[in-house]
Amino acid sequence: MAAWFDVDGERPRLIGSRCRRCHSYFFPRESFACRNPRCQATELEDVPLSTTGTLWSFTDNHYAPPAPYVAPDPFQPYAIAAVELAEERMVVLGQVAPGIPTTALEVGMRMDLVADPLYADDEHEYLVWKWRPAGRGDRP
Amino acid sequence: MKRQDVAVLGVGMHPWGKWGRNFVEYGVKAAQDALKDAGLEWADVQFVSGGETIRNGYPGFIAGAAFAQALGWTGARVASCYGACAAGAQAISAARAQILAGLCDVALVVGADTTPKGFFAPQAGERGTDPDWLRFRLLGATNPVYFALYARRRMALYGATDRDFAKVKAKNARHGLGNPNARYRKAVTEEEVLASPMVSDPLRLLEICATSDGGAALVLSSMEYARRRTTKPVTITAVSTVTPRYPSSIIEMPNFATDSAAAVAPPDLSFRDSIAAAAYAEAGVGPGDVDVAEVYDLSSALELDWYENIGLCRPGEAERLLNDGVTALGGRVPVNPSGGLACFGEAIPAQAIAQVCELTWQLRGQATGRQVEGAKLGVSVNQGLFGHGSSVVAQR
Repeated sequence: MAAWFDVDGERPRLIGSRCRRCHSYFFPRESFACRNPRCQATELEDVPLSTTGTLWSFTDNHYAPPAPYVAPDPFQPYAIAAVELAEERMVVLGQVAPGIPTTALEVGMRMDLVADPLYADDEHEYLVWKWRPAGRGDRP
Repeated sequence: MKRQDVAVLGVGMHPWGKWGRNFVEYGVKAAQDALKDAGLEWADVQFVSGGETIRNGYPGFIAGAAFAQALGWTGARVASCYGACAAGAQAISAARAQILAGLCDVALVVGADTTPKGFFAPQAGERGTDPDWLRFRLLGATNPVYFALYARRRMALYGATDRDFAKVKAKNARHGLGNPNARYRKAVTEEEVLASPMVSDPLRLLEICATSDGGAALVLSSMEYARRRTTKPVTITAVSTVTPRYPSSIIEMPNFATDSAAAVAPPDLSFRDSIAAAAYAEAGVGPGDVDVAEVYDLSSALELDWYENIGLCRPGEAERLLNDGVTALGGRVPVNPSGGLACFGEAIPAQAIAQVCELTWQLRGQATGRQVEGAKLGVSVNQGLFGHGSSVVAQR
């Protein structure tokens, strides 16, 4: 999954595509052709997307999602955010960093991207991008 | 009569429930009822159009042929249509096209499903290029998560409340009380809804549609064929199976992101706004002509979005419509007189067909216990993941 984001210093960046001709953005990356029906160029470049945005909406999971989600036992509810990126003019989903309940979220608030474990097995800890309210320090 | 009209000669359903039997059985029962309702024999059917779901890698176990085999091979031609929750509309559309092209006079449309317990989940295996698999793996984004994002957005934009959402459920539960095909036939109070466990904030267990077994079928024919057999059939005057227009700027299942509007402004109509609009345009009618609507209440909150998406009111006015009783039986435009998904739960490939069964009963005046008096025009609307729109206009 490394191709979906990278970690630049401390902050992760989602890696999307941008059409070289019409400058439309795509996430996840679009490798073949621009999906703007009036463009359809095939020259796309990888670009890091904005690492902050505005909260479009949010919710949470009170029950463990089914596989292939790897849920810890016991399950801990967690929030999910839809965040609007200003420059890209698109909304991107992500889990919300752990320990942040929906009562701490409000549509319209600023959100930052962070990297956080998705799950761990005996050998590795797998990271994923998550959102958290802006200005909550370096650790979620 | 317009060029694109086809007649609904018969409708039939297998009751929704959690029966745990093969989906083909539900489809056959619904088909037999629809044929009986039409006064036709199975051998009269020239084209079978099946709505598919996806299970074990075989789309709906090859739906059209599975139903044709179970009814007994007659050499009828078949099609199987996948459109997720909108599969039924795809099947109706395929049958209509065959009839309008003059390739057949009588077509049977069938959709049926047997569902697992609990959340819908993607197919098994490591499928790292499938967005439907990835949304579960990386986000745990179940279907209710997406419904809840829309519900929370509605609260933030328009001030919708938990009680408004609960009222939708209570209304639909009331509507479905006497519907023999509904799975849940029990009055539910707003307090009971609000006391049910939170699943995905702000949506509670009683506000999220269940997964059900069920089957629905239609016998469709050319208008000319119908005239020889009956005097005033219900007609389907439009079928919309539109896809979104780029850039689609509302997050949709199973995607991780919307299209980007950085280079191209979003279209005037959002995807959901465009679904019924295309059907109205095709039928030459408008939302003001609608007497009854069946909308896809995957969640209680989503029903309110649909009021606006199908033009019953302007954005932000759906709560007022609900609270004024406009969309309840006895109101100006009853919505989901069948009880909707709130009373049925979802049997995916059957659902868009079941909506048309209900509209047909309503327009014939046969919806005992839930009749919308004097209904002359009905609209159904539904949306399947991956960008499948579904809307049917039926008139009498």
